[in-house]
Amino acid sequence: MTAAVSFEAVSRHFGAVKAVDNVDLAIAEGEFFAMLGPSGSGKTTCLRLMAGFEQPTAGHIEIFGETAEGVPPYKRSVNTVFQDYALFPHMTIVENVAYGLMVKGVGKAERLKAAEEALAMVKLPGYGTRRPGQLSGGQRQRVALARALVNKPRVLLLDEPLGALDLKLREQMQEELKGLQKSLGITFVFVTHDQGEALSMADRIAVFNDGRIQQLGTPEEVYKRPRTRFVADFVGSSNVLTPDVAARLGGPRKDASLRPEAIRLGAAASGETAVTGCLLSSAFLGATHRLTVDVEGARLAVSAPAGSPVPAIGEAVTISFSPADLHPMEAA
Amino acid sequence: MRSDRSTSAPLPLKIAAGAGLLFLHVPILIIFLYAFTTEEKSYQFPPPGLTLQWFAVTWNRPDVWAALTLSVKVASIATVIALVLGTLTAAAVSQTRFFGREAVSLLVILPIALPGIITGIALRSAFSILDIPFSTWTIVLGHATFCIVVVYNNAVARFRRISGSLVEASMDLGADGFQTFRYVILPNIGTALLAGGMLAFALSFDEVIVTTFTGGQQSTLPIWMLEELIRPRQRPVTNVVAMVVVLVTFLPILAAYYLTRDGDQVAGSGK
Repeated sequence: MTAAVSFEAVSRHFGAVKAVDNVDLAIAEGEFFAMLGPSGSGKTTCLRLMAGFEQPTAGHIEIFGETAEGVPPYKRSVNTVFQDYALFPHMTIVENVAYGLMVKGVGKAERLKAAEEALAMVKLPGYGTRRPGQLSGGQRQRVALARALVNKPRVLLLDEPLGALDLKLREQMQEELKGLQKSLGITFVFVTHDQGEALSMADRIAVFNDGRIQQLGTPEEVYKRPRTRFVADFVGSSNVLTPDVAARLGGPRKDASLRPEAIRLGAAASGETAVTGCLLSSAFLGATHRLTVDVEGARLAVSAPAGSPVPAIGEAVTISFSPADLHPMEAA
Repeated sequence: MRSDRSTSAPLPLKIAAGAGLLFLHVPILIIFLYAFTTEEKSYQFPPPGLTLQWFAVTWNRPDVWAALTLSVKVASIATVIALVLGTLTAAAVSQTRFFGREAVSLLVILPIALPGIITGIALRSAFSILDIPFSTWTIVLGHATFCIVVVYNNAVARFRRISGSLVEASMDLGADGFQTFRYVILPNIGTALLAGGMLAFALSFDEVIVTTFTGGQQSTLPIWMLEELIRPRQRPVTNVVAMVVVLVTFLPILAAYYLTRDGDQVAGSGK
């Protein structure tokens, strides 16, 4: 099957800055693909390469099997939801949504009907006559989504679309986006710096750092088996262990990660590794307790379910985990 | 206390402010008054009588019409040139980054900061070195140098407020360069261009200094007035023309002021 978007050794350099450096990826049709990374990691530049706002310095990009280099944005079957929404301030909402159809020469009655349908799809029916300035941030975000979707793109690019929304609205929009993607069957490529968002929404995640992909995999793979220290640090809040500590805990002498929730208070069951340490701190987080245990100088974060008895600070505690959860990583 | 004082200024200040305004504007009213005087040799005050005959006389003077036509023609062409070049320069300077961007920006603004006499002398010697005979076009060129600045200043301020992603959004939605200009850029900078164009027209219409250096024997309206003051034939005709010039330049400037004021509100509400 042809990939929706494929990058072969793509680089985008701005002078000495390697914004995107030798990136390979293939996004399958109908996939919800997240590009996750801190700011300046190259994820947004990758998105702009797909949209056609940037041209690669080196490498090859294909969109549905067709070469994308040199193809201007207005000739690509992709549409973008911009981080700042980029709604046209001088047009009404319905004119904004119908814009893509208007410039393609679709008749007025037809395009207004399509725009109204798109607005209904993002749950803003009847907002057509207002102007962008009269809408809240969440509503503008939906308009931007409708304006892109009305063109029936084969790939929808979303540049941190939920970044400006408050937490509750963001969670609601995450679900709606996921639902829309499933029902429309369009490929979504989503840029975010929020690992929770990427884990909960994406089919696959590419973790970016310094212009390169650190790891590409399903949310579960990326979370449970981070390939590098960077991924372990950035995705979730893993215990990143030095080779010495990993060896002491019974693993190979390599950098390793151990998820706080993989560690349990209490003696080892069969096949588990147990170590003793000293409880340094404890914090109640609602569903869990967050404990810090000092094991021979190495500090381990432990996530214990709420309701389990928590020892007093300074007391000796025994913690155990399955050796399979002690995940060795590459050095990079 | 503070707000009390700010609502009512002390009497001496009011008098001073009033006197200042009178000093600025009474002479203009006196110019208007002499357009109606019955005495044509000298400006005696008060005028011995009032008449409307000078309007008819002015209407029938071919030299007035020639000067007026030339002025309107020069101002129109200079404004069109300024609109095209000023807008393009503003777009380049505000939307892209390139080597020498700040220098270009400064060079574009320079003609309005330079004394007109410098621009005039520079252009005159350039024309004579290149053997270019004086014509309407040499005047147009001289005026365009400073007309571009007002258009550029208006347009660049508006461009800076347009988010760069608007242009990208338009392209992304399938609009080519021309459609993006027509549907996204122009509606956002339209009032700024209209304002800049009107200011440019008004500037060109009453320009004297650069015109004296680049006009040769031709007389634009302000040059004609200057000549009339030196060797008057029917003196009040100059005053009639002065009234017309004031109206022709004042109205566009007033309109430009209201247009940019409204433009601010429109652009602000979109953010």
